[in-house]
Amino acid sequence: MGQKTLTRMDLSEAVFREVGLSRNESADLVESVLNHMSDALVAGEQVKISSFGTFSIRDKAARVGRNPKTGEEVPINPRRVLTFRPSHLMKDRVAAGNKG
Amino acid sequence: MIRSELIQKIADDNPHLYQRDVERIVNTIFEEIINAMARGDRVELRGFGAFSVKKRDARIGRNPRTGEAVEVEEKHVPFFKTGKLLRDRLNGK
Repeated sequence: MGQKTLTRMDLSEAVFREVGLSRNESADLVESVLNHMSDALVAGEQVKISSFGTFSIRDKAARVGRNPKTGEEVPINPRRVLTFRPSHLMKDRVAAGNKG
Repeated sequence: MIRSELIQKIADDNPHLYQRDVERIVNTIFEEIINAMARGDRVELRGFGAFSVKKRDARIGRNPRTGEAVEVEEKHVPFFKTGKLLRDRLNGK
């Protein structure tokens, strides 16, 4: 397995190689894609990218948690969490690529 | 929001780019993330989240219809963890 970590820089490098834009503009476009996705999610929208996966927002109810160290009960406020459901294509490619 | 709406938003922000280039840019980003995970690499996008690969051990599963035991091979699955900034923004912080 590779176990390298890619960052925004690697994604903008890929955009730079694919389309004849400057490195700066490629980086801005990567940022802009992430921003538009984040904004839609914050607005409560689902983000569905075909053959990649679906990001959805789930509401979690308030519950009583416990401080594992002290055993003390602490209220956990209701909150919104983001879940990602990978597409079949992503699952298949990740499974095939990491096989054996 | 679906892929084509995302592409449209980027196109609207960048009137100097051809629509087909915007499509290639957006597709390249998602393609690159899948390629990285297919190699077993992580993709860490600070503030947004991180994509990684998790290993699921081999196990004895059961055919739910017949109740028969079946061997399920070890496999690798994609995983996404939301970044702190986005998690906070979802909760109005």
